[in-house]
Amino acid sequence: MATGTIKIRAQMTGDSTEVKALFKHDMETGLRKDKTTGEKIPAMFIKEVTCEHNGKAVFVAKWNVSISKDPYLSFKFKGAAKGDTVKISWVDSKGDTDSSTAQVA
Amino acid sequence: MRKLLALAAAASFVVGPVVTAHADPAADQATFQNFFKQKFPDVKFAEFSNGVYAIDADSRSQWQAIEEFPPYEAAIEDGQRMLKTPFANGKSYADCFENGGIGIVHKYPFFDTKRNEVITLPLAINECRKSHNEKPLNLNRGDITSLLAYMAFTTRGKISKVEIPNDAAKAAYESGKKYYYTRRGQLNMACAHCHVDNAGKRIRSDLLSPPIGHTTHWPVFRGQWDELGTLQRRFSGCNEQVRAKASAPESVEYRNLEYFLTYMSNGLPMNGPAFRK
Amino acid sequence: MIIKRRTFLKGTVATGALTVAVGSGFIKPGSVMAAWPEEAFTQKATADAMSKLFGSASTTESGEIDLKTPDIAENGAVVPVSVTTSLAGVQSISIFIDKNPQPLACSCELTPGVEGYVSTRIKMGETSNVIAVVKTAKGLFSTKRMVKVTIGGCGG
Repeated sequence: MATGTIKIRAQMTGDSTEVKALFKHDMETGLRKDKTTGEKIPAMFIKEVTCEHNGKAVFVAKWNVSISKDPYLSFKFKGAAKGDTVKISWVDSKGDTDSSTAQVA
Repeated sequence: MRKLLALAAAASFVVGPVVTAHADPAADQATFQNFFKQKFPDVKFAEFSNGVYAIDADSRSQWQAIEEFPPYEAAIEDGQRMLKTPFANGKSYADCFENGGIGIVHKYPFFDTKRNEVITLPLAINECRKSHNEKPLNLNRGDITSLLAYMAFTTRGKISKVEIPNDAAKAAYESGKKYYYTRRGQLNMACAHCHVDNAGKRIRSDLLSPPIGHTTHWPVFRGQWDELGTLQRRFSGCNEQVRAKASAPESVEYRNLEYFLTYMSNGLPMNGPAFRK
Repeated sequence: MIIKRRTFLKGTVATGALTVAVGSGFIKPGSVMAAWPEEAFTQKATADAMSKLFGSASTTESGEIDLKTPDIAENGAVVPVSVTTSLAGVQSISIFIDKNPQPLACSCELTPGVEGYVSTRIKMGETSNVIAVVKTAKGLFSTKRMVKVTIGGCGG
């Protein structure tokens, strides 16, 4: 299990909460060649990002190799209150996972 | 060449090997800055610290999107931790730097009047380490860039203020200025050819940035490097682009060049670390 | 040969990790809403990817979708893109990159209360149309923008 790969910011403005997340992940396409071995570096990318608010999944992003390395994701939702918990988890094509939480500010 | 000479004449500079006994850096700086203010009349002076993003809306909005959650954030945190962590002998960077190393980047590089040479911040960091029996850090990339990122972050908003205290310093400044206008490499180009002559124009699809503001925002997370790097790392890259041999980081010529360039950017706000293409 | 051995070992370790992860329940067999649409993601043409994802490649051009992309990408590997829509009842927002080897880049599922907005950064192999498709109860709506991807002159 990976750790520390997600940074989250959840900021309320009026009744809208904007969540921004930055992930640490190579998002390998499977098309690049290793410079020393000459072999293709196998694809390894985040497939799914699940965003939960107070324990309930509100937003799910399904990704493919076209998402940039060290990906970024932002979405907005209504109905949160300051101090609420936002949890973001990912699972990648190798089955690796990580998750992180932040409070709505 | 003629065009450059004409521009150089207009800017009161002479291209080629010239050393005047009575340099007037303040006048140089005013002329240099006015040249670019006139070239880019719609750019607010402080915005020059943002380089190409001050002169092109399309790339500015991409840059702003990246800066919303920039890739150098983790490095700032690492740098903060590094700055506070004591060396093996119990001392720390705070013992070498004014204000514990916080908010001081706008004063670098400075001319050390006892040693008669330009001291840059990366050099000062490694000298600090050496004086406390620590191994030097790689000067282009890695840990030093995290430390620099935090130090730059704490300096944001302060105004670049490099000083030329005596004649020896003026000589170093003049040496850096001469470097800037000297042709080099297989492509036989000077820094000025791209950045003075052609600032605002494109080299393939890259926009050439004006040189005022070139020194305010380091270390830079450069998209091409996919990591943070120092100003002098960029110098070596530029050398290689014109197929000239790069100098070693913190060589005398690079330090003098950095001194000249930073002095030319005096008055601009510090805004490191920054993301650049 | 050393190189081949290292590659072989890498492959073994990866499989091992997968087994452990599944066994300990870390991998959810599918997300809360729907499984990862493998067939859609592996299509080589936008229309096919849309068909697999939505059951149809037919969308209505909509002026109520604001697709923000650069005109000229500073860096083809990191192109910021955002989709904002005022359409009601958004169920999903998806982004396709016409000329990429696998055009479907992402598909985001929104629950009620989530605003019609998503922002991310994509890789583009070459100059291409970027297409945003918004699915609502009323159907599929889309808009597109051309993004130029060029070679710079200042490497190093």
